[in-house]
Amino acid sequence: MDNTGKSVAFRGGGFAPQSRRWVGVLVFVALILFVEWGTRAGWISALSLPRPTDVLDTFRQLYDSGLLFKHLLPSLSRLFVGALFGASIGIAVGIMIGLFSYVRSGLVPLVAAIFPIPKIALLPLFVIWFGIGEGSKYALIAFGTFTPTVVATYGAVDNVDRTLIRMGQSFGLSWWSIVRKIVLPGAMPGILSGLRISLAIAIILLVAAEMLGAEYGIGAYILEAGSLYDLERLFAGVVILSLLGVLISALIGMLERRLLGWRT
Amino acid sequence: MDIRLDGIGHSYDEFEVMRDITLDIPSGRIVCIVGPSGCGKSTLLRFIGGLEKPKSGRVLQLGDPPKGCLNPLTYIFQDFALLPWRSVSGNISLVLEDHGINGAAAKIIIDDVLARTKLTDFAKALPKQLSGGMKQRVAIARALAVNPAVMLMDEPLSALDSQTRELLMDDLVELWTRQPFTAVYVTHNLAEAVRLGHKVVVLSRRPGKIREIVDIEKPLAKREFGDADLDRAQKHLWQLMRDEARAADAELLHG
Ligand SMILES: Nc1ncnc2c1ncn2[C@@H]1O[C@H](COP(=O)(O)OP(=O)(O)OP(=O)(O)O)[C@@H](O)[C@H]1O
Ligand SMILES: [Mg+2]
Repeated sequence: MDNTGKSVAFRGGGFAPQSRRWVGVLVFVALILFVEWGTRAGWISALSLPRPTDVLDTFRQLYDSGLLFKHLLPSLSRLFVGALFGASIGIAVGIMIGLFSYVRSGLVPLVAAIFPIPKIALLPLFVIWFGIGEGSKYALIAFGTFTPTVVATYGAVDNVDRTLIRMGQSFGLSWWSIVRKIVLPGAMPGILSGLRISLAIAIILLVAAEMLGAEYGIGAYILEAGSLYDLERLFAGVVILSLLGVLISALIGMLERRLLGWRT
Repeated sequence: MDIRLDGIGHSYDEFEVMRDITLDIPSGRIVCIVGPSGCGKSTLLRFIGGLEKPKSGRVLQLGDPPKGCLNPLTYIFQDFALLPWRSVSGNISLVLEDHGINGAAAKIIIDDVLARTKLTDFAKALPKQLSGGMKQRVAIARALAVNPAVMLMDEPLSALDSQTRELLMDDLVELWTRQPFTAVYVTHNLAEAVRLGHKVVVLSRRPGKIREIVDIEKPLAKREFGDADLDRAQKHLWQLMRDEARAADAELLHG
């Protein structure tokens, strides 16, 4: 047989990103080493960026003095309560928008009007309504997580396969069964990916919420360090928020793997 | 329980889909409906199952559904309509839960229908693990679980390759032979129609009207792949349909 032909060139690769866990870590490590090198060698001045080892040192002091948890715990509870209220009301309202014509017509414009308001601007209002204590902080975070959750949820409900709903009706399933067993699980992928965004927004708003009347809290700690231009402490605080973000994202990833294993 | 279609007509806005369809669906028989694309077959099936209301005419149930029938009019869909987040047995229990059938009682029914559709080994599998043919067998098992008086099938085999289609037709014939069921079977595949139908209803192109009803006397179990009688019937059906199909194909959509 004649085998002299040219072999066909492969051109089907790419466009299928896969997760390579260690690459993410490598990027972090490289960046930190780079800054460490720059600050030690002197071509990054100590005024423009703190040295990573100094930030680590500050972090250790924070831990040793026990202040870390004094700051962390109130922040976590604000985040938890605020995000819990915001997300659960958001999911409920989003589902109602997805199911009822009148609720949709009535609320979609309202949500669109609320969404672009920088919630930080409303902090004084929340202080008047809910007091300078925890109430206003919960409200700010809840309000900030509410809108993106609503939008993600009703989009997810709209995307539930209509033939599955028809199937439920054709077997005489009750309205409530269809919502619980078909609409909700079908919307779950969209709801969870919306939750990723809403919870990141909740962390952003944590700093804003602690601007007024908070003695302890990561946000308060960062704001205080910022006003003193204490970059090491500022960065230590920022790193905590970043870690919090990574943690929440990992938690949602776990939830997705558990709940959405059925996806192809 | 028989079904009678009494002068069904329908239009979407100004767009007439079907006109004056009168048809009896006797119990224990399979009635196939064939017709060119867009002549209103799926719409007619939605009327029969009560998922949509015709503009004129009525769909009548004659007599009561047999005892133990949970959902008299039960669909089998072209795209299976299985919940991807539930296992095979979960998909079947879905339609039992609302009738208060849970636990051991549900398990008896599920085991029975899975055995009848040869799916016993796949009870715990998720739909994404199954081939198209198996998915449709799950949908058939789910329909059998509610003990329907009439099965409404809208091109149930169209999403499958032709070998799987042959196998599933054999399965359907076997199911029917063991326990005759009533079915309205919509298809555009004439081979399926002559293989499974006791009666084949030919619809004209839109607005769909009954063009002819062809009875096929030969018992289902005796019909075989490439049977001469069936070929003749199929040729006859194709002659009825050819011009309609050509005209329907040349029409502008919603023109
Ligand atoms: N909800 C609807 N609104 C408007 N027009 C519709 C609607 N449903 C169906 N039609 C139109 O009615 C006609 C009949 O549709 P139907 O789906 O019943 O045809 P069919 O015979 O099942 O066709 P096919 O062989 O392609 O499945 C089509 O022209 C379709 O475009
Ligand atoms: Mg159709």
